[in-house]
Amino acid sequence: MLSNRFWRGATYGLLLVIIIWQALAWLLKIPIIPPPLAVLTNLIEIFADKMGLHLLYSLGRIIAGISIAILIGVPTGLLMGYFERIDKVLSPLVYFTYPIPKIALLPIIMLLFGLGEGSKLIMIVLIVIFQIIITSRDAVKAIPQDIFRSLQSLGAGRLQMFTEIIIPASLADVLTATRLALGTAVSILFFTETFGTEYGMGYFIMDAWMRVNYLDMYGGIVILSLMGFVLFTVIDITEKRVSAWR
Amino acid sequence: MIEVKDLTVHYYREKEAIPALRQVNINIGTGDIYTFIGPSGCGKSTFLYVLSGILKDYEGSVRIDGRPVDPKSQRIGLILQNYGLLPWKNVYANTMLGLKIKNDQKFLDDHCHALLKQLGIDHLLDRFPKELSGGQQQRVAIARAFMLKPDLLLMDEPFSALDAITREELQEVFLNLWKENNVTTVFITHSVDEALYLGSKIVVFSPSPGRILDVLDNPCFQMENLRSSEKYYDMSMRIRKILNKG
Repeated sequence: MLSNRFWRGATYGLLLVIIIWQALAWLLKIPIIPPPLAVLTNLIEIFADKMGLHLLYSLGRIIAGISIAILIGVPTGLLMGYFERIDKVLSPLVYFTYPIPKIALLPIIMLLFGLGEGSKLIMIVLIVIFQIIITSRDAVKAIPQDIFRSLQSLGAGRLQMFTEIIIPASLADVLTATRLALGTAVSILFFTETFGTEYGMGYFIMDAWMRVNYLDMYGGIVILSLMGFVLFTVIDITEKRVSAWR
Repeated sequence: MIEVKDLTVHYYREKEAIPALRQVNINIGTGDIYTFIGPSGCGKSTFLYVLSGILKDYEGSVRIDGRPVDPKSQRIGLILQNYGLLPWKNVYANTMLGLKIKNDQKFLDDHCHALLKQLGIDHLLDRFPKELSGGQQQRVAIARAFMLKPDLLLMDEPFSALDAITREELQEVFLNLWKENNVTTVFITHSVDEALYLGSKIVVFSPSPGRILDVLDNPCFQMENLRSSEKYYDMSMRIRKILNKG
C-alpha cells in the first residue's frame, strides 16, 4: 500500500485547490465560479440518481480501452523486444504512426466506425497503445544477456523464457507506461463523449454547460478529476507491489 | 566424460570472422574438476558457452557422456560471475528455478533444505537479490546449481567480483560441496591462486584466439595448508611462466 506521506500530500494538495477556488469565488462573485461548498452540496444531491450512471459509462470506456491496449500492445512489444526480425518490421511502422496527433484521426474513425462506442474505444486504444508497445519492447531489450544465459543452460524453452523472464521483467515498466498514458486517455475520453452519446462524464459536463447549470458542471469536473486520481492511485499501488524487487 | 575435439569458434563483427577459440582438444573425466586459466579475452567464457549449449555455432565436436550438448536433456549447472539470478524472484524462487524448469518437483525437499543450510542462506528465502550481498547472491546461485544434481557444473569466474575474504570463504564452501556431490566441473578463473586451490587439473589458455597451452596435474589439490607450502609456490611459478610465454 501507499505510505502515509502520500495520503498526507494528497490531502494538502486538495486543501490548496479548495482554498484557491474559494478565494476566487469570493473575489470575483460571478456565477461561473460558484463556491466549492455549494458545488459539493449539489454534488451530494445529484450524484446517486443523476451522475452515477455517467461515471460508470466513462469508467467502463477507460478501463475497456486501456485493457484492449494492454492486451494488444504488451504482446506486440514483448515480441518486438525478443525477436529482432519482428522489431525491424514493426518499429518503423510504430515510429511513423506514433507522432500523429490521434485526435486528427477522429473524423476518419468516426466515418469508418460510426458515432457509437466502437470509435470511442478505438480512439482511446490508439492513444494509449504506442507508449505501451514501445515501453514493453525497450523493457525486454534492457534485460541483461546473462539472465537469459542462465535459463538457456537449464534447457528452458521459448515459452519459459517469456513466463520466467520477459513478462516479469517488463511488468513494472508496462504499468509506468499505462500510468503515463492514462492522463491523455481521460482527456481524449472527455472529447469523444461530447458527441454521439447521452452517457459519460464528458456528455454530462457539456450538457450542464449548455443548460447553464454551473453547479452540475463543476460537480462533473470534480468527479472527473477524482476518477483520474483513483485510477492513478490504483496503478501506483499495483506498480509498488509488482516492482518490490527493484 | 566431456570430450572436446578440434573445437574452433569464430564470432562475427560486421561480417568479419574473428577467431575466439582455435583447435581446442581436451577430455575431462567424470567427477573431475578442471580449472581453466588464461589472460582476459582469451575465449575462456566462449568455451564455457559452448559446453553449456548457449553457443551452438562452432566447428569440431563437443560431447558430454557420448552425446552432443543439449541443455534440455542434460543437467547443466551454470554459475556466472554476476550470479545470473532473476532480480524479480526471491531467494526461494531463484533456487527453485532449475527444478521448476526441469519439472522435477514443486517444493524443496530435504536435500534442498540441507543444501540451503550448508550454504547459510536458509534464513534469507523471502529476500530479493538486491537485498543480498554479493557473497550471499553467489551462494544462492551455487544452491540453484547443486539442487539440480547436475551432470556438469560450469563456473565462469564465479568469485572474482567478491572481496578477498568472502572469496576464500566461498571457495572453501564450494569445494566442500563439490567433494560431497562429485560433479564434473569446469571452473574458469583468471587467478592463479584459485586455479591451484580448486583444480585437480589446470588447463592454461593462450591469449586470443584461445588455444590450450598446457594441461597440468595439480599436486596441490586438496592439500592442507596449501598456500604456505612449497609446492604451491613452485606450481604458481610454473603456471605464470607458461602464461607469460603465451
